[in-house]
Amino acid sequence: MMGYLLRRLVAFALTLLGAAIVIFLVLEILPGDPAAVTLGLNAAPEALAALRAEMGLDQPALLRFFSWIGGLVTGDLGLSYTYRVPVAQLIGERMVVTLPLASMAILLASAIGIPLGALAAANHNRAGDAAVMVFAQAGLAIPNFWFGLLLVLVFAVGAGWLPAGGFPGWQAGFWPALRSLLLPAVALALPQAAILARVTRSAMLETMQEDYVRTARAKGVSRRRTMLRHVLRNALIPVVTVLGLQFSVLLAGAIIIENVFALPGLGRLVFQSIAQHDLIVVKDLVMLFSALVVFINFAIELLYGLIDPRLRQAS
Amino acid sequence: MSAVAPRSRPRRWWASPSFLVGLLLGGLVVAMALTSYVWTPYEPTQMAILKRLRPPSAEHWFGTDQFGRDVFSMIMVGARNSLAVGLGAVGIGLTIGSALGLIAAIRRDGWLDNLIMRMADFSHAFPAVLSAIMISAVWGPGMMNAVIAIAIFSLPYFARLARGAALQCWALDYVLAARAAGLTEMAITRQHVLPNIAGVLVVQATIQFALAILAEAGLSYLGLGTQPPAPSWGRMLNEAQTFMAAQPWLAIFPGAAIALSVLAFNLLGDGLRDAVDPRMRRSRD
Amino acid sequence: MTTRRDLLAGAGLAALATQLPLVALAQAKDSVTIGMTLEPPTLDPTSGAAQAIREVVLQNIFEGLVAMDRSGKLVPALAQSWALASDNLTYTFKLRPNARFHDGTPFASRDVKFSFERAVAPDSTNAQRWIFTPIESIEAPDPVTVIIKLKQPKANFVYGLSWGDAIIVSPATAANNKTNPVGTGPFKFARWNRGDRLELARNDEYWGAKPSLAKATFRFISDPQAQVAALRAGDIDVFTNLSAPEAIPQLKADPKLKVTLGKTEGETILAINNAKAPFSDVRVRQAISHVLDRKTIALGIYGFDLDYIGSHFSPLHPAYVDLTRTYPVDLAKAKALLAAAGFPKGFECTLRLPPPAYARRGGEIVAALLAQIGITAKIEPLEFPQWLERVFKARDFDLTIISHTEPLDIANYARDDYYFQYRNPEFKALIEKIDRTVDETERNKLYGDAQRMLARDAVNGFLFILPKITVARADLEGMWTDWPLPLTPLAEVRWR
Repeated sequence: MMGYLLRRLVAFALTLLGAAIVIFLVLEILPGDPAAVTLGLNAAPEALAALRAEMGLDQPALLRFFSWIGGLVTGDLGLSYTYRVPVAQLIGERMVVTLPLASMAILLASAIGIPLGALAAANHNRAGDAAVMVFAQAGLAIPNFWFGLLLVLVFAVGAGWLPAGGFPGWQAGFWPALRSLLLPAVALALPQAAILARVTRSAMLETMQEDYVRTARAKGVSRRRTMLRHVLRNALIPVVTVLGLQFSVLLAGAIIIENVFALPGLGRLVFQSIAQHDLIVVKDLVMLFSALVVFINFAIELLYGLIDPRLRQAS
Repeated sequence: MSAVAPRSRPRRWWASPSFLVGLLLGGLVVAMALTSYVWTPYEPTQMAILKRLRPPSAEHWFGTDQFGRDVFSMIMVGARNSLAVGLGAVGIGLTIGSALGLIAAIRRDGWLDNLIMRMADFSHAFPAVLSAIMISAVWGPGMMNAVIAIAIFSLPYFARLARGAALQCWALDYVLAARAAGLTEMAITRQHVLPNIAGVLVVQATIQFALAILAEAGLSYLGLGTQPPAPSWGRMLNEAQTFMAAQPWLAIFPGAAIALSVLAFNLLGDGLRDAVDPRMRRSRD
Repeated sequence: MTTRRDLLAGAGLAALATQLPLVALAQAKDSVTIGMTLEPPTLDPTSGAAQAIREVVLQNIFEGLVAMDRSGKLVPALAQSWALASDNLTYTFKLRPNARFHDGTPFASRDVKFSFERAVAPDSTNAQRWIFTPIESIEAPDPVTVIIKLKQPKANFVYGLSWGDAIIVSPATAANNKTNPVGTGPFKFARWNRGDRLELARNDEYWGAKPSLAKATFRFISDPQAQVAALRAGDIDVFTNLSAPEAIPQLKADPKLKVTLGKTEGETILAINNAKAPFSDVRVRQAISHVLDRKTIALGIYGFDLDYIGSHFSPLHPAYVDLTRTYPVDLAKAKALLAAAGFPKGFECTLRLPPPAYARRGGEIVAALLAQIGITAKIEPLEFPQWLERVFKARDFDLTIISHTEPLDIANYARDDYYFQYRNPEFKALIEKIDRTVDETERNKLYGDAQRMLARDAVNGFLFILPKITVARADLEGMWTDWPLPLTPLAEVRWR
């Protein structure tokens, strides 16, 4: 067991290191000078040189790579070129938008997708099933950013119930802040809900064939009780797995949705940093995103290793 | 993504209503793209500033945009772009991904297998949007870079799928027999493994095609895809956003075009999967 | 002017009773929320060129020796008065005796000396060193007098001192101004939620007239749709420059709001690489000028007419000459010019575009216009850093669209290495002469000649002046509606 854990851990660390190298190299060949962006069209060469020195850009690439990695390991993400504040602070400020947005989306998706999937499985090959499958197909096909635009058209431009975009900040109060996350969260949740509905449905259909379920039914346990106690509960394992695997898709969605709704979250920060050539923020953020995705995959794999000893041997 | 197929399989899969709808819609999109080479109601890049922002009418079925261009013509030509990006990205992902997967299966549990699978994990960790942002930051936004970014994201799917399905093949009796008879690994892969897993790959390609259209729309929406004046559905949506309050049609038609195309290829993929093999429900994801 | 309170005083008791909460509200209203498209990256205008920094802090938190007023005139600020000696080199500034920094330190002549010397120090990251490089020496004989001696006469020296790059900072706090600015202005920095809003509070110890606002909040909303929604919902009281021109009809129809279209110093041009064939041929550039239908371009980008330009000069400046009719739209003539230059069938080239909407949308229209005479311009969008690197710095481009927002920047055409590479000795001599001409009337006449020369040579495609679209609550007064400098001074803003 320990050996297995160690092997996975080494693989995890190597993947992260590989990511760091790729990210650093890509940004290294990126044309453009962060100092020139800050100082604009009329800047004198002396001023540019001074700013480059201040940003630490006058040092050799290898040294910068190691000081970056060293910083990451010790939790020092560096100073933003554009804002001149610690990147960690910047990420923290944006996290309070993206994290609630993503959580709301996952909650909404689960609250809609799982019951719908269960409903479809319980009504297998009947009208309810068909309706859910149509919903799922639509949810998968509709681009979430277009769905977001349509929501704005109906609920913000048309009815005027909810803001069309922007974020007042949590200090404006819980409700105003939540209100402005509502439409983006719904837009982000739609495809996830569709996926969850499909996964729940087929996982339940599969579980229903298992012996213990048939036994429970044969022993006279009511259909409703069997469905909830045995079928749904066991079907949730693949559902949770898919939720984890969908994380990177959710992240990608958040980047687009934050741009649709002009939310000051991490996704917009990536974009702004690229546009302003704030490469240190780009590096840290892309690293953070891929670390999150790799970590979640790692955790799922580990979980499976714990549940199913056969997998340990296999890999 | 649809992890598992519906359990029940119609007896004649090609007669299932969802497959037929997919075929119809997909045919429509392809027909639209092909027709646009010979005919569009108006020249799609022709500006007519005095006819800007006209609502849909008999003259302009889907109205006109902020430069007075005909939205219907632009959507017709935009179909070409979506299909081309889908073909390119899936083509690259399918060939390179399956090749890597097949090699990994031959060298199973060796260092090459490990390396390939680690790389697959790694590139999977990059959402297509992130790689597209990075790629277009370096080489500038454009259709080719969108294709590459989407291909990078779809490649690991094909690699894993090909490896998994190939491993199953390698365990089959007649493959073992062929091996005992002294056939080389390459020959077995060509003669037995590849034909066996081709169907599975085609199904996956169809579904990845739908995903690619969706991803391309997202990238174009962010300004990272096909560049003007070539029309693209995603960019049309981006441009429509500021006009949405007064000219909603600008946002509705391109979005509907994207959704219908994605729906078409998803339905086709589902139908094909039911046809190819009920087993593969388990091998995906 | 009748205020709401006056009206209510005359109204019946019943009406008064129902309106009472409103009265309290009207009396209490001494804060304003201002919408801006871009957020400042830092708050120190001496260490970055971003316009958004100046828009928030200049004349609010920070002040210079002189200030520019809303009509573009130079007025006293921290300097009560100034005089130029007959040698045309020595400026004497008399300073305000009662000004203080927000941390309580009194303002004195040594701060001026410190600020200007800091701007040209080797490790200075000041974006506009040219303002200070003519300085030979700075003396501070007493706390309220500064004597600045120049190396040679410089007509625009005092003008440059009104810019954000020439603010006076305190030695004690200068290093922290990026995140915690301390100035002498009518407002103090209160707090900043990055990505969302920034708050200023009234400086009750201000040396000048006390502002009527106690609090001002800048909110940063980059999405055009969200800008309009926030205005209509009353979440913001004024937007300094709306990026949703398509929403103007809708906003004009709202009686609570007032829309003003103002001018700026932003000459928007189709910049041409004058050093590269075929654009080095003046006939090719003139042909391009003959197809640039400015009205079509303006309608396509904004949906309404703009202030068009025929040379690189803003109508806000008194020396402006109208040259918009130099190259009327004439396809036949354009084709003839191209043919004479050896391109009867046109040619292919690239059009590299920076991110702003005027450039991206304008680029599509310009490409379509050029196609009429056979010039195929391939559009290449670039992020701003890449645009700076490739187009501006490496001069690797054929055509580009950009707005030159810095005031009075016609002198850039005299720089050989400037990205469009005009390289005309005659023009350079003219600019040198202007630089030395201290008399204003004479100087403005020379500026006229300079404008005509650029128009004659069709150096660039001169398009229009970037509009400033101010949308404000109808009862808010005192906002700047023109931008001789892109600022939002709040000292004179108040509720009616």
